[in-house]
Amino acid sequence: MSNLLEVSNVSKRFTMGGLFGRKTVDAVDDASLTLSAETPEIFTIIGESGSGKTTLARMILGLELPSSGEISFRGKTVSHRVGRQERLEFMANVQPVFQNPFEAFNPLKRIDRYLESTARRFLKLSQRDDLDGAMDGSLQKVGLSLAEVKGRYPHEMSGGQLQRAAIARALIPNPPLLVADEPVSMVDASLRMSIVNLLKSLRDDLGVSVIYITHDLATAYYISNRLIIMQRGRIVEMGDARTVLDNPEHPYSRLLKASVLSTEDAGDGKLATDPGMVTLAGELVGRPGRLVDRADGRMVRVYG
Amino acid sequence: MTQDLLKVDGLKAYYQMDYFGVTREVRAVDDITMTIRKNEVYGIAGESSSGKTSFIKVLAAAIRPPMRIVAGTVKYDFKNGPIDVATASEAQIEGIRWRHLSYIMQGSMSVLNPVRRIGKTFEDFAKRPLGLSGEAYRARILNHLERLKLPADVLRAYPHELSGGMRQRVTIGLATVCHPEFVIADEPTTALDVVVQKEVLGLIREIQQDMGSSVVFVTHDMSVHANMADRVGIIYAGRLVEEGPTRQMFFAPKHPYTAHLVASLPRIGDTTQRPALEGRPPSLANPPAGCRFHPRCPLAIDKCKTEVPPLETVGPDHRTACWRWRDVEPLVKPQAMQGVIA
Ligand SMILES: Nc1ncnc2c1ncn2[C@@H]1O[C@H](COP(=O)(O)OP(=O)(O)OP(=O)(O)O)[C@@H](O)[C@H]1O
Ligand SMILES: Nc1ncnc2c1ncn2[C@@H]1O[C@H](COP(=O)(O)OP(=O)(O)OP(=O)(O)O)[C@@H](O)[C@H]1O
Ligand code: SF4
Ligand SMILES: [Mg+2]
Ligand SMILES: [Mg+2]
Repeated sequence: MSNLLEVSNVSKRFTMGGLFGRKTVDAVDDASLTLSAETPEIFTIIGESGSGKTTLARMILGLELPSSGEISFRGKTVSHRVGRQERLEFMANVQPVFQNPFEAFNPLKRIDRYLESTARRFLKLSQRDDLDGAMDGSLQKVGLSLAEVKGRYPHEMSGGQLQRAAIARALIPNPPLLVADEPVSMVDASLRMSIVNLLKSLRDDLGVSVIYITHDLATAYYISNRLIIMQRGRIVEMGDARTVLDNPEHPYSRLLKASVLSTEDAGDGKLATDPGMVTLAGELVGRPGRLVDRADGRMVRVYG
Repeated sequence: MTQDLLKVDGLKAYYQMDYFGVTREVRAVDDITMTIRKNEVYGIAGESSSGKTSFIKVLAAAIRPPMRIVAGTVKYDFKNGPIDVATASEAQIEGIRWRHLSYIMQGSMSVLNPVRRIGKTFEDFAKRPLGLSGEAYRARILNHLERLKLPADVLRAYPHELSGGMRQRVTIGLATVCHPEFVIADEPTTALDVVVQKEVLGLIREIQQDMGSSVVFVTHDMSVHANMADRVGIIYAGRLVEEGPTRQMFFAPKHPYTAHLVASLPRIGDTTQRPALEGRPPSLANPPAGCRFHPRCPLAIDKCKTEVPPLETVGPDHRTACWRWRDVEPLVKPQAMQGVIA
């Protein structure tokens, strides 16, 4: 069995000046995970705001170098500086969709130009017809069309349109791995399901693996094969998505599930969280603990 | 007695752009009439690019070209006097901003100036409207931060040094520090984890109740509406198609689009395929005639293709724009009732 992606004991430490004097943040602390090359899957990352999800994704994308540990793609190490050609090849294979579409696009650049430069760069296309065909094909996959997008700037599109355009751009080089950082947080419920179903069909029909970062536990349950839950830089639980979400074991995982707002009692305004659960989860922050295997195949961080 | 704070009447706001000499018009807000009361939380949902942000930008008096108000009035009854923000001058709007009317924009985490410390941004926003200086100003800000559970140190921080949750609380702090009568928020908790989201929503609710202000917020997250809003309004293709008390909207919707919307998200533990809405979102440059939902509506009849359904009252506080509202079946039922019915 060969690996598509292997993340081994990866950590990232940032140094910040200013706020509380000089200090360091361990954005990601000793993370390991593996995606197989044979079985495409949707691998989900959920967790606290600021727990290192985006930082981990940026390292996988090669946009950030790990402070320690190693990341390899199809057996080749990518977590150190490589030559231009090798880098381009890697970038065509692992495509990003970012969290905030308003930030992902340069406000002064037309959306179609943005897609076009991706097509030129990775597909080496230059004929007008070929470029338009590649762009329109990708846009159609996400429910847009070139005719709708042509000539428009990011501020002329809604949040949802912009996010669909971002996914369309990522699909242009036909990558085997997509890293989607909160791709559905800005779109309506119906579209959210259609994008999530799109990711599913990318996996099932085109064999694309997806790293799906989200705050939405319901869609995570709906499409993921496996998932990890992160709290303050550390993976606290990892395993089969349904096994973990049906029955979370780590106190933070439990708090997460308990905090999901429900529509079942719409109109009653229930916004209180059990303070005991919050305290329990909070006390574990900063304690290293260690990941142990459970009989049902999951891994959980335990302490003491 | 409930009192109206905002009356929107026949509002039309379009984007007008020139493409190579051809004028293209996007009718993002197309004839909306509604009122918001004092001390209420009103949630707005709707399809992506249906005009929600455009609508609340008008409410927030944040109209910029190419957007233009084509018709209608947007009248507030503020403590310092009534104002129609559709026609008010820049100077008049300056007089209400932050103290009476505040606006948390979509994607507002990126709105914080990256090279300005949070404390400086607070000064830019709040110092003049509050009319305070020195110790009194500082005390007021610190007090407000404490309520938001933010340490005083954030004032010395740059935005990138804060986590997403902290940044979002900072923007809520900026929008509420002057105790405005009317707060407008576009997707205020979208980027947050569910634990922090719940905390931030609780905070907005608490501040709103303390100040007795009104809140209008937009989000795609129907579970947020379910738990935050007193009333919910649904926008489709630039129009308000239904509004009503939150519970009614979830369990007895009277518009097919609302019924679809409240049923479209899976719950944890649920892996059944949800039907997506058929067809394409309508073009706001060239919207369908009659009821704008007709090309995608499972209940559509011939009349729907030519005649625009009026927004009619169908229950207490409940209005809908559908010729066949009597035939709309709710797709979800309250859990408590499910056992009773089954
Ligand atoms: N360039 C940077 N310099 C300093 N600190 C950083 C930098 N980038 C991220 N951090 C810090 O690293 C931590 C992890 O941030 P990251 O953006 O990865 O979190 P996240 O899990 O994606 O959060 P969210 O759910 O809010 O998107 C945070 O404490 C953040 O403040
Ligand atoms: N500055 C602008 N210039 C031209 N068209 C615009 C501009 N801003 C928005 N639009 C168009 O107006 C329509 C409504 O956009 P708006 O941002 O109000 O939608 P929305 O309901 O907030 O969508 P979302 O849920 O995706 O944020 C869209 O078709 C959009 O492309
Ligand atoms: S008016 Fe007709 S097309 Fe419109 S929502 Fe009602 S039934 Fe459907
Ligand atoms: Mg992130
Ligand atoms: Mg919007």
